[in-house]
Amino acid sequence: MLNKIYDWVDERLDITPIWRDIADHEVPEHVNPAHHFSAFVYCFGGLTFFITVIQILSGMFLTMYYVPDVENAWKSVYYLQNEVAFGEIVRGMHHWGASLVIVMMFLHTLRVFFTGSYKKPRELNWIVGVGIFCVMLGLGFTGYLLPWDMKAVFATKVGIQIAASVPFIGELIKILLAGDAEILGAQTLTRFFAIHVFFLPAVLFALLAVHFIMIRRQGISGPL
Amino acid sequence: MSNNRVSRRQFLNYTLTGVGGFMAAGMLMPMIRFAIDPALQTKAEGDFVQTSQKIDEITEEPIKVDFTFEQVDAWYKSDVTEAAWVYRDGDAIIALSPVCKHLGCTVNWAGDSAHPDQYFCACHGGRYEKTGKNVPGTPPTGPLDEYEVAEKDGFLMLGKKIPNTLG
Ligand code: HEM
Ligand code: FES
Repeated sequence: MLNKIYDWVDERLDITPIWRDIADHEVPEHVNPAHHFSAFVYCFGGLTFFITVIQILSGMFLTMYYVPDVENAWKSVYYLQNEVAFGEIVRGMHHWGASLVIVMMFLHTLRVFFTGSYKKPRELNWIVGVGIFCVMLGLGFTGYLLPWDMKAVFATKVGIQIAASVPFIGELIKILLAGDAEILGAQTLTRFFAIHVFFLPAVLFALLAVHFIMIRRQGISGPL
Repeated sequence: MSNNRVSRRQFLNYTLTGVGGFMAAGMLMPMIRFAIDPALQTKAEGDFVQTSQKIDEITEEPIKVDFTFEQVDAWYKSDVTEAAWVYRDGDAIIALSPVCKHLGCTVNWAGDSAHPDQYFCACHGGRYEKTGKNVPGTPPTGPLDEYEVAEKDGFLMLGKKIPNTLG
């Protein structure tokens, strides 16, 4: 049955070459943990992506209950965690995943560094990687405010002060982040929500696409 | 005019790029102006806020004076309570903002028992003299802000925050 559907589509759209391009490629021996166990360090990139997928999915589901409003944000998080079936799990996935994704990304970066994989011809992909790193930190920073509890508000207060200490444009950055010159309040929360849920994920997708296309173009770097 | 004739291809390139540019700008301009609006808002200057602190009860020892005002945060109005550290210096009344100039935590007079005559910030151990002057070697890079002060019927009123004038 499935085969028939596949053939039916393939006959019309010739999809076999497409998925071959995406999925069908050698995994060289030196990156395969089944050959050399120490090659597990090559898994960190994939693990980072895996957790990113969890973040995106769990985040999408969280927005079914979450509201970015100063009166109700905390209450909606409390409700989704304590009243909704599996709420603790879904929020937990997003909460712990947010930290784990940074850890994995850091380990992946270390692997690339110590295998020298950033060298020619892969310099551009290192640069894109740094971009992904920054976007991830941005997602962590903006997401942290959303539960709107004391810890979230004061962490953001400090974070915005740090941004405001940039020479010359610091004050402008602060206002654009907080949405107000003085208050960290209603407009900060809606802005952070928009940035967390729409703007940064859009940038993240673009950067990830470039990252992966470059990897397929250049292949994985050779053994040490 | 140069003698180079504009080819059909060039002409189309220029006009299409121009039209495309206008369309892109027409789409982006409203959105960008929308996003940066907070940076271009001019703030109405804050009025003086009444406190319940009697002027003649203020001594040379800083005390915490709470005051409440209605804060308008876009569509969200709320009563906000803030505080100032207030003391007397001769005839003058000095009111200092408790917001730490390091990263914005709240400072307390004599908050650290090792320094009973200084303000102390618990976040990273920032300290300030009684006048708000930051103690060198602690994280803050400047003195505590001051509030403008006024008197009404013997009670203290606090105005807007200004940079520390006590040096
Ligand atoms: C890969 C990237 C992401 C990271 C690193 C990340 C990080 C975070 C963090 C640290 C929090 C605070 C959670 C807590 O303290 O419990 C948070 C909350 C939230 N995130 Fe994300 N996030 C990511 C992607 C997304 C996406 C794609 C969406 C939606 C489409 C989303 C929606 C939300 C929502 C609605 C909340 C508030 C609910 C809550 O606090 O439990 N996130 N995020
Ligand atoms: S915020 Fe006060 S010392 Fe850092």
